[in-house]
Amino acid sequence: MMAQSNTETPLVDVRHLKEYFPVNTGFFKTTPLKAVDDVSFTIQRGETLGLVGESGCGKTTVGRTILHLYEPTDGEIIYDGKPIKTKADIQQFHTKSTMVFQDPYSSLNPRMTVSDIIGEPLDVHHLYKTREEREQRILELMDHVGLNSEHASRYAHEFSGGQRQRIGIARALAVDPEFIVCDEPVSALDVSIQAQVINMFDELQEQLGLTYLFIAHDLLVVRHISDRIAVMYLGKMVELADAAEIYDHPLHPYTKSLISAVPIPDPRIARANKRIPLQGDIPSPLNAPSGCPFRTRCPYAQGKCAEGMPEFKEVSTGHFVACHRTEEINS
Amino acid sequence: MALLEVTDLHTSFFTDAGEVKAVNGVSFALERGKTLGIVGESGSGKSVTAYSIMQILASTGKIVSGSIKLDGQELVGAGEKAMRDVRGNKISIIFQDPMTSLNPTYTIGHQLIEAITLHTNRNKQEAWDRAVEMLRLVGINEPEKRMKQYPHEHSGGMRQRIMIAMALACEPDILIADEPTTALDVTIQAQILELMQKLQEEMGMAIIMITHDLGVVAQMCDEIVVMYAGSYCERGTAEEIFYNPRHEYTKGLLRSIPTMDTMGQKLQPITGTPIDLLNLPAGCPFAPRCDNAMKICIRQAPESMVINDDHKASCWMNVKDLFEAQQAEATPEPKATPEPKAPLAPEDVVDEIFAQEVAAAERGAAQEGGEA
Repeated sequence: MMAQSNTETPLVDVRHLKEYFPVNTGFFKTTPLKAVDDVSFTIQRGETLGLVGESGCGKTTVGRTILHLYEPTDGEIIYDGKPIKTKADIQQFHTKSTMVFQDPYSSLNPRMTVSDIIGEPLDVHHLYKTREEREQRILELMDHVGLNSEHASRYAHEFSGGQRQRIGIARALAVDPEFIVCDEPVSALDVSIQAQVINMFDELQEQLGLTYLFIAHDLLVVRHISDRIAVMYLGKMVELADAAEIYDHPLHPYTKSLISAVPIPDPRIARANKRIPLQGDIPSPLNAPSGCPFRTRCPYAQGKCAEGMPEFKEVSTGHFVACHRTEEINS
Repeated sequence: MALLEVTDLHTSFFTDAGEVKAVNGVSFALERGKTLGIVGESGSGKSVTAYSIMQILASTGKIVSGSIKLDGQELVGAGEKAMRDVRGNKISIIFQDPMTSLNPTYTIGHQLIEAITLHTNRNKQEAWDRAVEMLRLVGINEPEKRMKQYPHEHSGGMRQRIMIAMALACEPDILIADEPTTALDVTIQAQILELMQKLQEEMGMAIIMITHDLGVVAQMCDEIVVMYAGSYCERGTAEEIFYNPRHEYTKGLLRSIPTMDTMGQKLQPITGTPIDLLNLPAGCPFAPRCDNAMKICIRQAPESMVINDDHKASCWMNVKDLFEAQQAEATPEPKATPEPKAPLAPEDVVDEIFAQEVAAAERGAAQEGGEA
């Protein structure tokens, strides 16, 4: 790892990222499904950026496209000051960045032992010289995530959900990464296990100086773990701000409604909570509304909202929002 | 009299690997027009409790003992014919996954009409009208058009609304909602919960809300039953459970969830992993994961103890608290009194209480090789 002192250059700089998937809509006819449409953001070294939104908003696609698991349709990903373009860049990038997946049941190969699962990234990237070194590293990783080293030769099905997620995290840590995309890492776990895993993410970040892109739909979990939070809707980023700021002063009507919809585990607060209900469902990204994508469900929508996508602009320091009527609504 | 009274319900599944005691002595009462929440993690027996009430258990499942009384009528052993009369008419259920609980090969209308004609004397035309009325009630636009469409043409939120419409079409007294919003997004979840509350006010039905989400429970429920490994930990009003929890599992659960105030702080997780229902311990099922477990917790399962009129809990800690309070002679009024059938008087527990080191050693052994 390089010694880094400047906070000016972000570790991850995503510029105008686009990811379109072709969808067959008839004979010989395909329509692009705009899963991610012109998204830009940065993540500083050692920071956790939370990415929230409803299912189908493109948050997982953002995470996967950054890691080049999908080839970006357009846009630039700049890692540590260097744009990632060629195959060699991507390979190099993959030794510094990894992913933790949502489902600890389907993301581990049932025919591999724990030590093989954790050792696979070491094999792929040739990160050891001798077999002993490999074994040593695997045991070290298991210890890092609180797994008993005696279990190295067991198979994934012998573990509970929380422990499987630990195996997935150990695998992600194998390449000694700087940047980890966590795609809903706790949503498949039981409530009593979630806290253990969330704390582990916290501790690993402190110990290893990791940078996270933390994708989740549980807003209380995201708020707990993130420094800044980005909100996506229908492939577009609609708001980005400090975690506390976005909860205390949400500016975009969608963010407001999203935050008010979170059920708070406290009866007095929950019953006093005024929810801002949204009408209808999220539209299909295949025929997204013209202009602002949220206007079909927005309680403040006006004529001008249909005319063009609002600019994603900084309204106060570090607080970005994409809404035509920000000033009018929030004054 | 309570609308639904469940007393000491035991339900087991008889599998090749042995008897799985999914529900282990659960009792609660549900009043007309109220909402009862059953909270617990996966494997705690909350869904099996609901399926036992409806008697829609898988073929290996059986109600071993206990009583379920609906309006005074005993349902356990009432027979299939009587149950057919209850299901749909008096108690309806909506399932967790709206994507798989509708038949993809029939139209929405067909499925709604089937449910209505089966349970009422309406003819097809009347059933059609009723179905349209119900769809309108749950907030579905253009219900006539939707009746002719198939489930795949609807989003998750709409399908869950359709399931609610179907469940409520025969105006049941009780609606059982088994994780009704777990598969949905938060904004859709808010819509569905609001809809359920509105319909409850209009139709006056009682709701049993089964969920693992303490936020949903806090918002919806008048009374709460907390379950762990098939046993009930405590039950009481929402206020009592959230602000005065008297079982170590509930306390741990409330400490471990992130809230608005925990930002930047470490969460306090419950240690260990959920228990194997095939090998239930003799004592309290939560003892292997409990930080305050005493010797007695491992030896003997706690009986239900009355905390106050609105609150019962099964945790030996209450006896310890009571004992310590008596020792200090600080509180003239006892905080907790064991129910008459509690086998041990506080004095008998005394010896156990201060043997925590021994308990810790036993726990270490029971936990089998430092699992995280």
